[in-house]
Amino acid sequence: MTPITIEQVRKRAEADAQTYGYHLVPDPDLLQGLLEGLKINEDRYGYPSCPCRLASGNFDYDRDIICPCDYRDPDVAEFGACYCRLYVSKDVYEGKVPLPTVPERRPLEKQSKAFAAPPPAEAKPAAEEKEEFVKVGPKLWYCKQCGYVVFRDDPPYVCPICKAKREMFAQIKARIDFLG
Amino acid sequence: MRTMQFSKVKGDKNQHKVVVYALSTCVWCKMTKQYLKDNGVEYEYIDVDLLNEEDKQKIRQEIQSKGGSLSYPTTIIDDKVVVTGFRKDLLKEALGI
Repeated sequence: MTPITIEQVRKRAEADAQTYGYHLVPDPDLLQGLLEGLKINEDRYGYPSCPCRLASGNFDYDRDIICPCDYRDPDVAEFGACYCRLYVSKDVYEGKVPLPTVPERRPLEKQSKAFAAPPPAEAKPAAEEKEEFVKVGPKLWYCKQCGYVVFRDDPPYVCPICKAKREMFAQIKARIDFLG
Repeated sequence: MRTMQFSKVKGDKNQHKVVVYALSTCVWCKMTKQYLKDNGVEYEYIDVDLLNEEDKQKIRQEIQSKGGSLSYPTTIIDDKVVVTGFRKDLLKEALGI
């Protein structure tokens, strides 16, 4: 698998911000640092977990902190930015309000679970399985949560129907036989 | 208790024991380290995400035993003052810089 580039991470975040009415943090150095952290985590764990949180490497335990994390929406609503401050509100973006400090909203139990998590065992077979699929060009993807199907190069970052994360998408292996 | 390697950064201002618990991926942790360095503060740090499971667990206990929350960066000054996040104002006050 080719590692994701910073540009891809940036584009994905920009698209997500646009879809949900947020902005990316305007400070270019800060933004670059956050995107780099996301890239490292994606290379390391196979999913872009929050660069400012300690991931376990176990997808099931880290699901809630995969960017955009489950806490982004309430954090931007309450403080004007998410925990790592990648996503900010319009007022923060326009400089009307200073960049806030955002306390950790993730429940401690979730963190504790992640800390005690065993090293990831299921990460590898999933990656191998992916290798079998067609590597270039558009493919069929379906959302394991709601069944939404889409035909494009990569699965959407968030399911447009049920808002499930990209990790919930799986490729549909299709075979067409022409008979007669 | 400490077996893992903390990295030490030398500085002229060494009257306080400053420990930064950080993540290698976290931009705010980097800024905290840089801020201390720029102000000549001697400190030690550890990037918790790069540790093995056992050491992560030890660090977690260490942070919590000093009253810290499990967010990064956590800066602990003289084993007493706990600063969560990159807070220039709090660091300035605690370190007299």
